[in-house]
Amino acid sequence: MATITRARPARPPATTDRRRRITARPAAWIVWGVVIFFFLNLLGVVASVLVSSFGRRWFDTWLPDGYTTSWYGRAWDEFALLQVIVVTLEVSVLVVGLSLLIGVPAAYVLARRSFPGKRLIFLVFLLPILMPPITYGIPLATVLYKFGLAGHMSGVVLANLVPSVPFVILTMTPFIEQIDPRIESAARMCGAGLRTVFLRVLTPLLVPGILASAILVLVRTVGMFELTFLTAGPDSQTLVVALYYSMSASGIRAQQSVDAMAVIYTSMMLVLLVVALRYVNPTQLVAQVKEDPEH
Amino acid sequence: MAHWQHRLAERGIDRQLWLLVPALVFVIALFLYPFFYGLTLSFQPTDGGPFSDYARFFSDSYERGTIWITLRIALPAALLNVLAAVPIAYRMRGRFRGKRLVTTLLVVPITLGTVLTAQGLLNFLGPTGWFNRILLATNLVDEPVRLTHNYWGVFFSLVITGFPFAFLLVLSYLSGIDPTLERAAATLGADWRRRFTRITLPLLMPGLATTFCLTFVLAFSVFPSAVLVGNPAGETRVISLAAYQAAYEQYDYPYASAIAMIMGFVELVVIALVLAARSRFYTGSTGGKG
Repeated sequence: MATITRARPARPPATTDRRRRITARPAAWIVWGVVIFFFLNLLGVVASVLVSSFGRRWFDTWLPDGYTTSWYGRAWDEFALLQVIVVTLEVSVLVVGLSLLIGVPAAYVLARRSFPGKRLIFLVFLLPILMPPITYGIPLATVLYKFGLAGHMSGVVLANLVPSVPFVILTMTPFIEQIDPRIESAARMCGAGLRTVFLRVLTPLLVPGILASAILVLVRTVGMFELTFLTAGPDSQTLVVALYYSMSASGIRAQQSVDAMAVIYTSMMLVLLVVALRYVNPTQLVAQVKEDPEH
Repeated sequence: MAHWQHRLAERGIDRQLWLLVPALVFVIALFLYPFFYGLTLSFQPTDGGPFSDYARFFSDSYERGTIWITLRIALPAALLNVLAAVPIAYRMRGRFRGKRLVTTLLVVPITLGTVLTAQGLLNFLGPTGWFNRILLATNLVDEPVRLTHNYWGVFFSLVITGFPFAFLLVLSYLSGIDPTLERAAATLGADWRRRFTRITLPLLMPGLATTFCLTFVLAFSVFPSAVLVGNPAGETRVISLAAYQAAYEQYDYPYASAIAMIMGFVELVVIALVLAARSRFYTGSTGGKG
Protein backbone atom coordinates (compact mmCIF):
# COMPACT_ATOMS: atom_id res chain seq x y z
CA MET A 1 0.00 0.00 0.00
CA ALA A 2 2.70 2.44 1.03
CA THR A 3 4.78 1.86 -2.07
CA ILE A 4 1.82 2.55 -4.32
CA THR A 5 0.83 5.80 -2.67
CA ARG A 6 4.39 6.98 -2.60
CA ALA A 7 4.86 6.21 -6.24
CA ARG A 8 1.70 7.96 -7.32
CA PRO A 9 2.83 11.62 -7.36
CA ALA A 10 5.57 10.67 -9.78
CA ARG A 11 3.08 9.37 -12.31
CA PRO A 12 1.43 11.60 -14.86
CA PRO A 13 -1.99 12.53 -13.42
CA ALA A 14 -3.82 11.34 -16.51
CA THR A 15 -3.24 7.64 -15.85
CA THR A 16 -6.01 6.52 -13.55
CA ASP A 17 -4.70 3.47 -11.84
CA ARG A 18 -7.85 1.51 -11.32
CA ARG A 19 -6.46 -1.62 -9.86
CA ARG A 20 -4.83 -1.16 -6.51
CA ARG A 21 -2.75 -4.23 -5.95
CA ILE A 22 -3.20 -6.16 -2.75
CA THR A 23 0.42 -6.08 -1.70
CA ALA A 24 2.03 -8.93 0.14
CA ARG A 25 2.71 -7.07 3.35
CA PRO A 26 2.31 -9.16 6.52
CA ALA A 27 -0.27 -6.72 7.90
CA ALA A 28 -2.39 -7.17 4.80
CA TRP A 29 -2.12 -10.94 5.03
CA ILE A 30 -3.22 -10.91 8.65
CA VAL A 31 -6.20 -8.69 7.86
CA TRP A 32 -7.36 -10.80 4.95
CA GLY A 33 -6.65 -13.98 6.90
CA VAL A 34 -8.93 -12.84 9.71
CA VAL A 35 -11.60 -11.84 7.19
CA ILE A 36 -11.42 -15.24 5.54
CA PHE A 37 -11.59 -17.03 8.91
CA PHE A 38 -14.66 -14.96 9.81
CA PHE A 39 -16.29 -15.84 6.50
CA LEU A 40 -15.51 -19.54 6.80
CA ASN A 41 -17.21 -19.65 10.18
CA LEU A 42 -20.10 -17.56 8.91
CA LEU A 43 -20.46 -19.93 6.00
CA GLY A 44 -20.52 -22.81 8.46
CA VAL A 45 -23.26 -21.11 10.47
CA VAL A 46 -25.43 -20.44 7.41
CA ALA A 47 -24.73 -23.77 5.73
CA SER A 48 -25.56 -25.77 8.85
CA VAL A 49 -29.03 -24.20 8.92
CA LEU A 50 -29.49 -24.68 5.20
CA VAL A 51 -28.37 -28.32 5.28
CA SER A 52 -30.47 -29.00 8.35
CA SER A 53 -33.59 -27.52 6.73
CA PHE A 54 -33.25 -30.04 3.89
CA GLY A 55 -32.04 -32.90 6.09
CA ARG A 56 -34.20 -35.89 6.91
CA ARG A 57 -32.58 -36.76 10.21
CA TRP A 58 -29.32 -35.34 11.50
CA PHE A 59 -27.73 -36.44 14.73
CA ASP A 60 -24.11 -37.17 15.50
CA THR A 61 -22.75 -37.21 11.95
CA TRP A 62 -21.10 -34.85 9.49
CA LEU A 63 -24.15 -34.73 7.21
CA PRO A 64 -27.81 -35.77 7.54
CA ASP A 65 -29.07 -39.28 6.65
CA GLY A 66 -31.01 -38.13 3.64
CA TYR A 67 -32.55 -35.08 2.10
CA THR A 68 -36.12 -33.88 1.79
CA THR A 69 -38.01 -30.68 1.09
CA SER A 70 -40.93 -31.61 3.29
CA TRP A 71 -39.84 -29.34 6.16
CA TYR A 72 -40.67 -26.30 4.07
CA GLY A 73 -44.20 -27.47 3.40
CA ARG A 74 -44.60 -28.35 7.05
CA ALA A 75 -43.27 -24.97 8.22
CA TRP A 76 -45.58 -23.20 5.78
CA ASP A 77 -48.65 -24.99 7.20
CA GLU A 78 -47.69 -25.22 10.86
CA PHE A 79 -46.86 -21.55 11.31
CA ALA A 80 -49.57 -20.22 8.97
CA LEU A 81 -46.74 -18.50 7.16
CA LEU A 82 -48.90 -16.95 4.47
CA GLN A 83 -50.80 -14.92 7.05
CA VAL A 84 -47.58 -14.01 8.85
CA ILE A 85 -45.94 -12.82 5.64
CA VAL A 86 -49.02 -10.80 4.68
CA VAL A 87 -48.97 -9.14 8.12
CA THR A 88 -45.24 -8.44 7.80
CA LEU A 89 -45.72 -6.80 4.42
CA GLU A 90 -48.75 -4.78 5.55
CA VAL A 91 -46.91 -3.49 8.61
CA SER A 92 -43.77 -2.67 6.64
CA VAL A 93 -45.58 -0.84 3.84
CA LEU A 94 -47.62 1.20 6.33
CA VAL A 95 -44.52 2.06 8.37
CA VAL A 96 -42.55 3.05 5.28
CA GLY A 97 -45.36 5.22 3.89
CA LEU A 98 -46.14 6.99 7.14
CA SER A 99 -42.52 7.56 8.13
CA LEU A 100 -41.80 9.11 4.71
CA LEU A 101 -44.85 11.37 4.94
CA ILE A 102 -43.84 12.57 8.40
CA GLY A 103 -40.08 12.47 7.99
CA VAL A 104 -39.35 14.06 4.62
CA PRO A 105 -40.91 17.50 5.32
CA ALA A 106 -39.17 17.59 8.69
CA ALA A 107 -35.87 16.64 7.08
CA TYR A 108 -36.37 19.45 4.59
CA VAL A 109 -36.82 22.05 7.31
CA LEU A 110 -33.91 20.72 9.33
CA ALA A 111 -31.63 20.64 6.28
CA ARG A 112 -32.45 24.08 4.97
CA ARG A 113 -33.43 26.34 7.81
CA SER A 114 -31.85 27.64 10.94
CA PHE A 115 -34.13 28.71 13.75
CA PRO A 116 -34.00 28.93 17.52
CA GLY A 117 -34.22 25.52 19.18
CA LYS A 118 -33.10 23.61 16.11
CA ARG A 119 -30.37 21.74 17.98
CA LEU A 120 -32.82 20.68 20.67
CA ILE A 121 -35.31 19.40 18.10
CA PHE A 122 -32.53 17.52 16.33
CA LEU A 123 -31.49 15.91 19.62
CA VAL A 124 -35.07 14.82 20.31
CA PHE A 125 -35.19 13.15 16.90
CA LEU A 126 -31.84 11.49 17.56
CA LEU A 127 -32.86 9.98 20.92
CA PRO A 128 -35.08 7.16 19.62
CA ILE A 129 -32.12 5.93 17.55
CA LEU A 130 -29.69 6.19 20.45
CA MET A 131 -31.93 4.30 22.90
CA PRO A 132 -32.25 0.53 22.95
CA PRO A 133 -35.76 -0.38 21.71
CA ILE A 134 -36.64 -2.19 24.94
CA THR A 135 -36.04 0.99 26.97
CA TYR A 136 -38.73 3.02 25.27
CA GLY A 137 -40.60 -0.04 24.01
CA ILE A 138 -41.87 -1.11 27.43
CA PRO A 139 -43.32 2.30 28.41
CA LEU A 140 -44.62 2.71 24.86
CA ALA A 141 -46.34 -0.67 24.94
CA THR A 142 -47.86 0.23 28.32
CA VAL A 143 -49.26 3.47 26.89
CA LEU A 144 -50.52 1.73 23.76
CA TYR A 145 -52.27 -0.92 25.86
CA LYS A 146 -53.82 1.86 27.95
CA PHE A 147 -55.39 3.34 24.83
CA GLY A 148 -56.35 -0.10 23.49
CA LEU A 149 -54.04 0.17 20.50
CA ALA A 150 -51.58 -2.59 21.29
CA GLY A 151 -52.30 -6.18 20.42
CA HIS A 152 -53.44 -5.10 16.96
CA MET A 153 -51.83 -4.03 13.77
CA SER A 154 -52.18 -0.32 14.63
CA GLY A 155 -50.06 -0.74 17.75
CA VAL A 156 -47.36 -2.59 15.85
CA VAL A 157 -47.29 0.11 13.16
CA LEU A 158 -47.19 2.96 15.69
CA ALA A 159 -44.40 1.33 17.69
CA ASN A 160 -42.32 0.68 14.58
CA LEU A 161 -42.69 4.31 13.53
CA VAL A 162 -40.71 5.46 16.57
CA PRO A 163 -37.26 4.51 15.22
CA SER A 164 -38.30 4.79 11.54
CA VAL A 165 -39.26 8.48 11.38
CA PRO A 166 -35.94 9.67 12.90
CA PHE A 167 -34.16 7.28 10.58
CA VAL A 168 -35.86 8.84 7.54
CA ILE A 169 -34.98 12.32 8.82
CA LEU A 170 -31.32 11.40 9.31
CA THR A 171 -30.89 9.67 5.95
CA MET A 172 -32.84 12.28 3.98
CA THR A 173 -31.02 15.34 5.32
CA PRO A 174 -27.81 14.83 3.25
CA PHE A 175 -29.86 14.20 0.11
CA ILE A 176 -31.75 17.47 0.60
CA GLU A 177 -28.55 19.38 1.33
CA GLN A 178 -27.24 18.30 -2.08
CA ILE A 179 -30.04 20.07 -3.94
CA ASP A 180 -29.15 23.60 -4.95
CA PRO A 181 -31.47 26.00 -3.09
CA ARG A 182 -31.44 28.29 -6.12
CA ILE A 183 -33.68 25.80 -7.92
CA GLU A 184 -36.35 26.39 -5.29
CA SER A 185 -35.83 30.14 -5.41
CA ALA A 186 -36.28 30.05 -9.16
CA ALA A 187 -39.52 28.11 -8.81
CA ARG A 188 -40.75 30.60 -6.22
CA MET A 189 -39.85 33.49 -8.50
CA CYS A 190 -42.07 31.93 -11.11
CA GLY A 191 -44.91 32.03 -8.62
CA ALA A 192 -44.91 28.49 -7.22
CA GLY A 193 -46.23 28.10 -3.70
CA LEU A 194 -44.68 25.88 -1.06
CA ARG A 195 -46.93 22.98 -2.00
CA THR A 196 -46.05 23.25 -5.67
CA VAL A 197 -42.35 23.58 -4.92
CA PHE A 198 -42.55 20.44 -2.84
CA LEU A 199 -44.58 18.33 -5.22
CA ARG A 200 -43.29 19.53 -8.59
CA VAL A 201 -39.68 20.49 -7.89
CA LEU A 202 -38.31 18.81 -4.78
CA THR A 203 -40.02 15.41 -4.84
CA PRO A 204 -38.80 14.45 -8.34
CA LEU A 205 -35.27 15.49 -7.42
CA LEU A 206 -35.47 13.58 -4.15
CA VAL A 207 -36.67 10.30 -5.65
CA PRO A 208 -33.28 8.53 -5.22
CA GLY A 209 -33.05 9.62 -1.59
CA ILE A 210 -36.66 8.71 -0.88
CA LEU A 211 -36.15 5.27 -2.44
CA ALA A 212 -32.99 4.77 -0.43
CA SER A 213 -34.51 5.59 2.92
CA ALA A 214 -37.75 3.75 2.07
CA ILE A 215 -35.86 0.54 1.39
CA LEU A 216 -33.69 0.93 4.46
CA VAL A 217 -36.76 1.50 6.64
CA LEU A 218 -38.36 -1.53 5.02
CA VAL A 219 -35.36 -3.73 5.84
CA ARG A 220 -35.26 -2.39 9.38
CA THR A 221 -38.97 -2.90 9.96
CA VAL A 222 -38.98 -6.45 8.63
CA GLY A 223 -36.04 -7.22 10.92
CA MET A 224 -37.24 -5.24 13.98
CA PHE A 225 -37.88 -7.72 16.73
CA GLU A 226 -38.30 -5.96 20.07
CA LEU A 227 -40.98 -3.38 19.28
CA THR A 228 -43.20 -5.81 17.39
CA PHE A 229 -42.66 -8.43 20.07
CA LEU A 230 -43.83 -6.02 22.80
CA THR A 231 -46.92 -4.74 20.98
CA ALA A 232 -48.14 -7.56 18.74
CA GLY A 233 -51.19 -9.68 19.42
CA PRO A 234 -51.71 -13.21 18.10
CA ASP A 235 -52.95 -11.98 14.70
CA SER A 236 -50.44 -9.18 14.23
CA GLN A 237 -47.14 -11.04 14.53
CA THR A 238 -44.50 -10.33 11.97
CA LEU A 239 -42.14 -12.98 10.65
CA VAL A 240 -39.33 -12.31 13.14
CA VAL A 241 -41.64 -12.56 16.13
CA ALA A 242 -43.33 -15.72 14.85
CA LEU A 243 -39.87 -17.20 14.32
CA TYR A 244 -38.77 -16.28 17.82
CA TYR A 245 -41.84 -17.90 19.36
CA SER A 246 -41.39 -21.04 17.32
CA MET A 247 -37.77 -21.29 18.37
CA SER A 248 -38.09 -20.42 22.04
CA ALA A 249 -40.87 -22.99 22.36
CA SER A 250 -38.48 -25.68 21.21
CA GLY A 251 -39.41 -29.27 21.70
CA ILE A 252 -42.89 -28.63 20.36
CA ARG A 253 -41.75 -28.11 16.79
CA ALA A 254 -39.21 -30.10 14.87
CA GLN A 255 -35.97 -28.18 14.77
CA GLN A 256 -35.77 -28.60 11.02
CA SER A 257 -39.02 -26.81 10.39
CA VAL A 258 -37.73 -23.83 12.42
CA ASP A 259 -34.62 -24.00 10.25
CA ALA A 260 -36.79 -24.00 7.13
CA MET A 261 -38.68 -20.98 8.39
CA ALA A 262 -35.44 -19.13 9.18
CA VAL A 263 -34.27 -19.85 5.64
CA ILE A 264 -37.52 -18.41 4.25
CA TYR A 265 -37.06 -15.27 6.38
CA THR A 266 -33.45 -14.79 5.33
CA SER A 267 -34.22 -15.24 1.64
CA MET A 268 -36.88 -12.56 1.96
CA MET A 269 -34.43 -10.18 3.64
CA LEU A 270 -31.77 -11.01 1.07
CA VAL A 271 -34.08 -10.02 -1.79
CA LEU A 272 -34.83 -6.75 -0.01
CA LEU A 273 -31.14 -6.05 0.57
CA VAL A 274 -30.16 -6.82 -3.01
CA VAL A 275 -32.86 -4.40 -4.19
CA ALA A 276 -31.61 -1.85 -1.67
CA LEU A 277 -28.00 -2.13 -2.83
CA ARG A 278 -29.08 -1.30 -6.36
CA TYR A 279 -30.27 2.11 -5.18
CA VAL A 280 -27.99 2.87 -2.27
CA ASN A 281 -24.25 2.92 -2.21
CA PRO A 282 -23.66 1.62 1.29
CA THR A 283 -20.43 3.57 1.71
CA GLN A 284 -22.11 6.90 1.11
CA LEU A 285 -24.78 6.72 3.77
CA VAL A 286 -22.98 8.95 6.22
CA ALA A 287 -20.56 10.93 4.12
CA GLN A 288 -21.65 12.15 0.73
CA VAL A 289 -18.41 12.21 -1.21
CA LYS A 290 -17.26 11.01 -4.56
CA GLU A 291 -15.75 7.60 -4.04
CA ASP A 292 -13.18 7.91 -6.76
CA PRO A 293 -11.59 11.33 -6.61
CA GLU A 294 -9.68 12.21 -9.73
CA HIS A 295 -6.01 11.41 -9.47
CA MET B 1 -49.65 41.73 12.42
CA ALA B 2 -47.34 41.92 9.43
CA HIS B 3 -44.85 43.60 11.70
CA TRP B 4 -44.28 40.69 14.10
CA GLN B 5 -44.43 38.20 11.30
CA HIS B 6 -41.57 40.07 9.74
CA ARG B 7 -39.67 40.18 13.02
CA LEU B 8 -40.09 36.43 13.50
CA ALA B 9 -39.07 35.74 9.92
CA GLU B 10 -35.85 37.61 10.56
CA ARG B 11 -35.04 35.08 13.27
CA GLY B 12 -35.88 32.22 10.98
CA ILE B 13 -39.44 31.53 12.07
CA ASP B 14 -42.02 31.51 9.30
CA ARG B 15 -44.73 29.42 7.74
CA GLN B 16 -42.32 26.82 6.41
CA LEU B 17 -41.70 25.58 9.92
CA TRP B 18 -45.21 24.09 9.84
CA LEU B 19 -43.62 21.26 7.87
CA LEU B 20 -41.92 20.26 11.09
CA VAL B 21 -45.17 19.94 13.00
CA PRO B 22 -46.21 16.38 12.03
CA ALA B 23 -42.81 15.05 13.03
CA LEU B 24 -42.89 16.96 16.31
CA VAL B 25 -46.41 15.74 17.12
CA PHE B 26 -45.26 12.23 16.34
CA VAL B 27 -42.13 12.37 18.49
CA ILE B 28 -44.02 13.92 21.41
CA ALA B 29 -46.94 11.49 21.24
CA LEU B 30 -45.01 8.29 20.60
CA PHE B 31 -41.66 8.89 22.22
CA LEU B 32 -41.58 11.69 24.79
CA TYR B 33 -45.04 11.10 26.28
CA PRO B 34 -44.57 7.32 26.75
CA PHE B 35 -41.10 7.96 28.10
CA PHE B 36 -42.27 10.39 30.76
CA TYR B 37 -45.29 8.20 31.42
CA GLY B 38 -42.89 5.34 32.12
CA LEU B 39 -40.72 7.61 34.24
CA THR B 40 -43.64 8.67 36.46
CA LEU B 41 -44.93 5.10 36.52
CA SER B 42 -41.57 3.93 37.84
CA PHE B 43 -42.03 6.24 40.84
CA GLN B 44 -45.46 4.76 41.62
CA PRO B 45 -44.68 1.21 42.68
CA THR B 46 -47.44 -1.18 43.71
CA ASP B 47 -46.21 -0.88 47.28
CA GLY B 48 -43.69 1.29 49.10
CA GLY B 49 -42.43 4.81 48.56
CA PRO B 50 -41.65 6.45 45.24
CA PHE B 51 -38.13 5.03 45.03
CA SER B 52 -38.89 1.54 46.31
CA ASP B 53 -38.84 -0.10 42.87
CA TYR B 54 -35.38 1.34 42.25
CA ALA B 55 -34.29 0.21 45.70
CA ARG B 56 -35.73 -3.22 44.97
CA PHE B 57 -33.69 -3.51 41.80
CA PHE B 58 -30.42 -2.41 43.36
CA SER B 59 -30.79 -4.41 46.57
CA ASP B 60 -31.35 -7.69 44.72
CA SER B 61 -27.97 -8.94 43.52
CA TYR B 62 -29.60 -11.20 40.90
CA GLU B 63 -31.30 -8.17 39.35
CA ARG B 64 -28.44 -5.73 39.89
CA GLY B 65 -26.07 -8.22 38.27
CA THR B 66 -27.90 -7.88 34.96
CA ILE B 67 -26.28 -4.46 34.43
CA TRP B 68 -22.83 -5.95 34.76
CA ILE B 69 -23.75 -8.97 32.60
CA THR B 70 -25.08 -6.70 29.85
CA LEU B 71 -22.01 -4.45 29.92
CA ARG B 72 -19.70 -7.46 29.96
CA ILE B 73 -21.31 -8.71 26.74
CA ALA B 74 -22.02 -5.43 24.97
CA LEU B 75 -18.79 -3.48 25.57
CA PRO B 76 -16.31 -6.11 24.29
CA ALA B 77 -18.58 -7.01 21.37
CA ALA B 78 -18.98 -3.38 20.27
CA LEU B 79 -15.27 -2.68 20.76
CA LEU B 80 -14.25 -5.76 18.77
CA ASN B 81 -16.65 -4.88 15.95
CA VAL B 82 -15.33 -1.34 15.64
CA LEU B 83 -11.64 -2.26 16.01
CA ALA B 84 -11.91 -5.10 13.50
CA ALA B 85 -13.73 -2.85 11.05
CA VAL B 86 -10.91 -0.25 10.94
CA PRO B 87 -8.11 -2.30 9.30
CA ILE B 88 -10.54 -4.03 6.95
CA ALA B 89 -12.13 -0.76 5.89
CA TYR B 90 -8.66 0.79 5.57
CA ARG B 91 -7.75 -1.92 3.06
CA MET B 92 -11.04 -1.43 1.24
CA ARG B 93 -10.55 2.22 0.32
CA GLY B 94 -10.10 3.24 -3.24
CA ARG B 95 -10.89 0.95 -6.12
CA PHE B 96 -9.73 -2.56 -6.74
CA ARG B 97 -11.10 -5.58 -8.51
CA GLY B 98 -13.76 -7.38 -6.56
CA LYS B 99 -14.40 -4.52 -4.18
CA ARG B 100 -18.13 -4.61 -4.78
CA LEU B 101 -18.16 -8.35 -4.15
CA VAL B 102 -16.27 -8.04 -0.85
CA THR B 103 -18.52 -5.18 0.29
CA THR B 104 -21.62 -7.18 -0.54
CA LEU B 105 -20.27 -10.26 1.24
CA LEU B 106 -19.56 -8.19 4.32
CA VAL B 107 -23.04 -6.65 4.25
CA VAL B 108 -25.03 -9.83 3.65
CA PRO B 109 -24.94 -11.00 7.32
CA ILE B 110 -27.34 -8.12 8.05
CA THR B 111 -30.05 -10.20 6.41
CA LEU B 112 -29.45 -13.27 8.54
CA GLY B 113 -31.72 -12.25 11.36
CA THR B 114 -31.42 -13.28 14.98
CA VAL B 115 -33.14 -16.60 14.65
CA LEU B 116 -31.14 -17.93 11.72
CA THR B 117 -27.95 -16.77 13.44
CA ALA B 118 -29.06 -18.46 16.64
CA GLN B 119 -30.02 -21.72 14.91
CA GLY B 120 -26.81 -21.63 12.90
CA LEU B 121 -24.64 -21.05 15.95
CA LEU B 122 -26.38 -23.86 17.81
CA ASN B 123 -25.89 -26.22 14.85
CA PHE B 124 -22.39 -25.13 13.93
CA LEU B 125 -20.75 -24.52 17.31
CA GLY B 126 -22.77 -27.08 19.25
CA PRO B 127 -21.14 -30.19 20.74
CA THR B 128 -21.88 -32.24 17.61
CA GLY B 129 -21.52 -29.35 15.18
CA TRP B 130 -19.02 -29.00 12.37
CA PHE B 131 -16.74 -26.68 14.35
CA ASN B 132 -16.20 -29.14 17.16
CA ARG B 133 -15.97 -32.03 14.67
CA ILE B 134 -13.11 -30.28 12.90
CA LEU B 135 -11.36 -29.56 16.19
CA LEU B 136 -11.77 -33.18 17.28
CA ALA B 137 -10.74 -34.59 13.89
CA THR B 138 -7.55 -32.52 13.87
CA ASN B 139 -6.84 -33.50 17.49
CA LEU B 140 -6.78 -29.90 18.63
CA VAL B 141 -9.07 -30.75 21.52
CA ASP B 142 -9.97 -33.98 23.31
CA GLU B 143 -13.61 -33.21 23.99
CA PRO B 144 -16.07 -30.76 22.39
CA VAL B 145 -15.60 -27.12 23.37
CA ARG B 146 -18.69 -25.60 24.92
CA LEU B 147 -19.54 -22.51 22.88
CA THR B 148 -23.33 -22.37 22.96
CA HIS B 149 -25.86 -21.75 25.72
CA ASN B 150 -23.33 -19.55 27.45
CA TYR B 151 -21.55 -16.21 27.16
CA TRP B 152 -19.73 -17.10 23.94
CA GLY B 153 -22.85 -17.98 22.00
CA VAL B 154 -24.31 -14.54 22.65
CA PHE B 155 -20.98 -12.87 21.97
CA PHE B 156 -20.62 -14.56 18.58
CA SER B 157 -24.15 -13.69 17.57
CA LEU B 158 -23.42 -10.04 18.42
CA VAL B 159 -20.29 -10.12 16.30
CA ILE B 160 -22.13 -11.66 13.35
CA THR B 161 -24.96 -9.12 13.45
CA GLY B 162 -22.93 -6.12 14.59
CA PHE B 163 -19.79 -6.34 12.51
CA PRO B 164 -21.35 -5.71 9.06
CA PHE B 165 -23.06 -2.66 10.48
CA ALA B 166 -19.87 -1.30 12.08
CA PHE B 167 -17.93 -2.03 8.92
CA LEU B 168 -20.37 -0.12 6.72
CA LEU B 169 -20.24 2.92 8.95
CA VAL B 170 -16.44 2.90 9.31
CA LEU B 171 -15.97 2.43 5.57
CA SER B 172 -18.34 5.29 4.96
CA TYR B 173 -16.50 7.61 7.35
CA LEU B 174 -13.14 6.51 5.99
CA SER B 175 -14.07 7.19 2.39
CA GLY B 176 -15.15 10.64 3.54
CA ILE B 177 -11.55 11.54 4.40
CA ASP B 178 -9.86 13.36 1.57
CA PRO B 179 -7.11 11.04 0.21
CA THR B 180 -5.02 14.05 -0.90
CA LEU B 181 -4.17 14.68 2.77
CA GLU B 182 -2.43 11.33 3.03
CA ARG B 183 -0.75 11.83 -0.30
CA ALA B 184 0.55 15.21 0.84
CA ALA B 185 2.00 13.55 3.94
CA ALA B 186 3.54 10.85 1.77
CA THR B 187 5.36 13.45 -0.33
CA LEU B 188 6.74 14.86 2.91
CA GLY B 189 8.18 11.46 3.68
CA ALA B 190 5.76 10.03 6.21
CA ASP B 191 5.54 6.24 6.14
CA TRP B 192 2.16 4.50 6.28
CA ARG B 193 2.28 4.11 10.07
CA ARG B 194 2.80 7.81 10.65
CA ARG B 195 0.23 8.71 8.03
CA PHE B 196 -2.29 6.43 9.71
CA THR B 197 -1.67 7.54 13.29
CA ARG B 198 -1.16 11.25 12.59
CA ILE B 199 -3.67 11.92 9.82
CA THR B 200 -6.22 9.21 9.15
CA LEU B 201 -6.86 8.09 12.70
CA PRO B 202 -7.47 11.57 14.19
CA LEU B 203 -9.80 12.42 11.32
CA LEU B 204 -11.57 9.09 11.71
CA MET B 205 -11.94 9.34 15.51
CA PRO B 206 -15.31 11.15 15.55
CA GLY B 207 -16.69 8.60 13.11
CA LEU B 208 -15.33 5.74 15.21
CA ALA B 209 -16.96 7.21 18.31
CA THR B 210 -20.32 7.40 16.51
CA THR B 211 -19.92 3.87 15.18
CA PHE B 212 -19.04 2.57 18.61
CA CYS B 213 -22.12 4.24 20.11
CA LEU B 214 -24.49 2.82 17.49
CA THR B 215 -22.97 -0.66 17.68
CA PHE B 216 -23.09 -0.49 21.44
CA VAL B 217 -26.81 0.41 21.35
CA LEU B 218 -27.43 -2.67 19.20
CA ALA B 219 -25.40 -4.88 21.50
CA PHE B 220 -26.80 -3.39 24.69
CA SER B 221 -30.38 -4.20 23.77
CA VAL B 222 -29.48 -7.81 22.99
CA PHE B 223 -32.53 -9.79 23.92
CA PRO B 224 -33.58 -12.57 21.54
CA SER B 225 -30.10 -14.02 21.13
CA ALA B 226 -29.48 -13.89 24.89
CA VAL B 227 -32.47 -16.22 25.23
CA LEU B 228 -31.85 -18.42 22.19
CA VAL B 229 -28.08 -19.04 22.24
CA GLY B 230 -27.32 -17.92 25.76
CA ASN B 231 -28.15 -19.07 29.20
CA PRO B 232 -31.09 -16.77 30.03
CA ALA B 233 -31.34 -17.89 33.64
CA GLY B 234 -27.73 -17.17 34.56
CA GLU B 235 -24.69 -16.16 32.62
CA THR B 236 -26.50 -14.13 29.97
CA ARG B 237 -29.49 -12.80 31.88
CA VAL B 238 -29.25 -9.33 30.36
CA ILE B 239 -31.09 -6.30 31.67
CA SER B 240 -33.62 -6.22 28.83
CA LEU B 241 -34.62 -9.73 29.84
CA ALA B 242 -35.13 -8.58 33.43
CA ALA B 243 -37.31 -5.70 32.17
CA TYR B 244 -39.28 -8.01 29.89
CA GLN B 245 -39.88 -10.53 32.66
CA ALA B 246 -41.09 -7.82 35.02
CA ALA B 247 -43.54 -6.50 32.42
CA TYR B 248 -44.86 -9.61 30.73
CA GLU B 249 -44.35 -12.40 33.25
CA GLN B 250 -45.04 -10.60 36.53
CA TYR B 251 -47.23 -7.85 34.98
CA ASP B 252 -45.52 -5.34 37.27
CA TYR B 253 -45.42 -2.37 34.91
CA PRO B 254 -44.01 0.15 37.44
CA TYR B 255 -41.09 -2.19 38.18
CA ALA B 256 -40.58 -2.90 34.47
CA SER B 257 -40.54 0.85 33.78
CA ALA B 258 -38.01 1.36 36.56
CA ILE B 259 -35.74 -1.28 35.00
CA ALA B 260 -36.21 0.28 31.55
CA MET B 261 -35.22 3.68 32.96
CA ILE B 262 -32.12 2.22 34.65
CA MET B 263 -31.26 0.51 31.38
CA GLY B 264 -31.60 3.72 29.38
CA PHE B 265 -29.60 5.62 31.99
CA VAL B 266 -26.68 3.16 32.01
CA GLU B 267 -26.61 3.12 28.23
CA LEU B 268 -26.65 6.91 27.94
CA VAL B 269 -23.85 7.16 30.54
CA VAL B 270 -21.64 4.93 28.40
CA ILE B 271 -22.44 6.96 25.28
CA ALA B 272 -21.79 10.23 27.11
CA LEU B 273 -18.41 8.89 28.31
CA VAL B 274 -17.45 7.87 24.78
CA LEU B 275 -18.46 11.23 23.34
CA ALA B 276 -16.66 13.09 26.11
CA ALA B 277 -13.50 11.06 25.47
CA ARG B 278 -13.85 11.83 21.78
CA SER B 279 -13.99 15.58 22.37
CA ARG B 280 -10.87 15.36 24.54
CA PHE B 281 -9.05 13.41 21.88
CA TYR B 282 -9.68 15.60 18.90
CA THR B 283 -11.78 18.68 18.38
CA GLY B 284 -12.07 19.89 14.87
CA SER B 285 -14.32 19.41 11.95
CA THR B 286 -15.43 15.82 11.63
CA GLY B 287 -13.83 13.52 9.14
CA GLY B 288 -17.27 12.93 7.70
CA LYS B 289 -17.05 15.71 5.16
CA GLY B 290 -14.05 15.50 2.91
